Amino acid sequence: MNGKRSLLHDFTKGFIEENATFRMVIGMCPTLAITTSVVNGFWMGVAVIFVLTVSNVLVSALRKQTPDEIRIPVFVILIAAPVVIVELVMKAYMPAMYATMGVFVPLIVVNCIIIARSEAFAYRNPVLNSLMDGLGIGGGYTINLVVIGGIREFLGTGQIVFGSRAFPAKPFFEPAAVMLTPPGGFVTLGLLMTILNIVIQRSEQKKAAREAAATAHD
Amino acid sequence: MKLISIILGGVLTSNFIFIQYLGLCAFIGLSEQMEIAVGMATAVIFVMTFASTVVAAVEQFILIPLGLQYLRTIAYILVIAGFVQLIEMFLKKTAPALYKAMGIYLPLITTNCAVLGVAMLNVTKGYNILWSTINGTAGALGWSLAIVIFAGIRERWKFMDIPKVLKGFPLALISTGLMSLAFLGFSGLFKGVIK
Repeated sequence: MNGKRSLLHDFTKGFIEENATFRMVIGMCPTLAITTSVVNGFWMGVAVIFVLTVSNVLVSALRKQTPDEIRIPVFVILIAAPVVIVELVMKAYMPAMYATMGVFVPLIVVNCIIIARSEAFAYRNPVLNSLMDGLGIGGGYTINLVVIGGIREFLGTGQIVFGSRAFPAKPFFEPAAVMLTPPGGFVTLGLLMTILNIVIQRSEQKKAAREAAATAHD
Repeated sequence: MKLISIILGGVLTSNFIFIQYLGLCAFIGLSEQMEIAVGMATAVIFVMTFASTVVAAVEQFILIPLGLQYLRTIAYILVIAGFVQLIEMFLKKTAPALYKAMGIYLPLITTNCAVLGVAMLNVTKGYNILWSTINGTAGALGWSLAIVIFAGIRERWKFMDIPKVLKGFPLALISTGLMSLAFLGFSGLFKGVIK
């Protein structure tokens, strides 16, 4: 609506306000399946940023030409194009990463985040706003993946590996391999959400108490 | 033997939800009421079985002869989206009662990653049309088993005193984790019996 502020807001809202994993609880499959390490989470995030931004821009640019009744199939085609690009690039330049992620690279096409953003945002907003929205939501999602990947990798293997470096160099506790299995993923995400809820509840209570004190003071 | 291992594998040892993480959005989103869960489960079994067949046929008769395997993702998702639409129209005309029961779930299935996921896995494993269909059915049965069990658990939460911070998604995820731990126990089932 009003120029620059709204553009900036379209970018920043993806990180906290409309955080895909914790607020909207969509795009769960890759969130759990590939977050066994920081590096996997990061590259998945990058792939999602690319696909989401490109598909948002395409959907937004074509929004006036798209008939309402067949919009979902149109979205799916517009999303599938960047996914194939990611798939082919990854296969060519990062074959090991492609092998680890396996079926989840083509599955970006049905990642609910992307179709949800097409439907809820890009289809109703101008191109530039949709671009920012894609970058923001994708960025927030990447941070989630890296954090969850970090927690699971650290507890599951005792160290976090970046490229050829590992931190800490030697695990100082007995790693719990269960963190790398599916149950570990579910429980980690569940507990993270619980902690987030506690934080939100606390801050709301504080705010309420402050407001109550302010009104009492008046 | 391969038949048994595929069916039991799909339902238990490599359950779509608990072991492979496929179709989680619908699993978490639609498991609050048993009735809805059963409706979705029926729709998934129906669509996944036939979609696996159709997609395997497309792979074998169109993509491979033309050497277009690199367009697999686009081709599959288009076929699945079109196929779901077709089923919807077909059911509306021929079986209105069935359409009423699963109509609203059908559009949701297009974006259920389990359907595309099973199609992709079938290709990776090199199954032909028949085995793809069987694998699709087995995977769908496993998915349905999971959502029905989970809906049963969630229905009981209504009468329980749950801390506010755990309500909804956090508790759902933690319970799924515990169920998944139980399903992980099946993982050695075939060792020694089948290769």
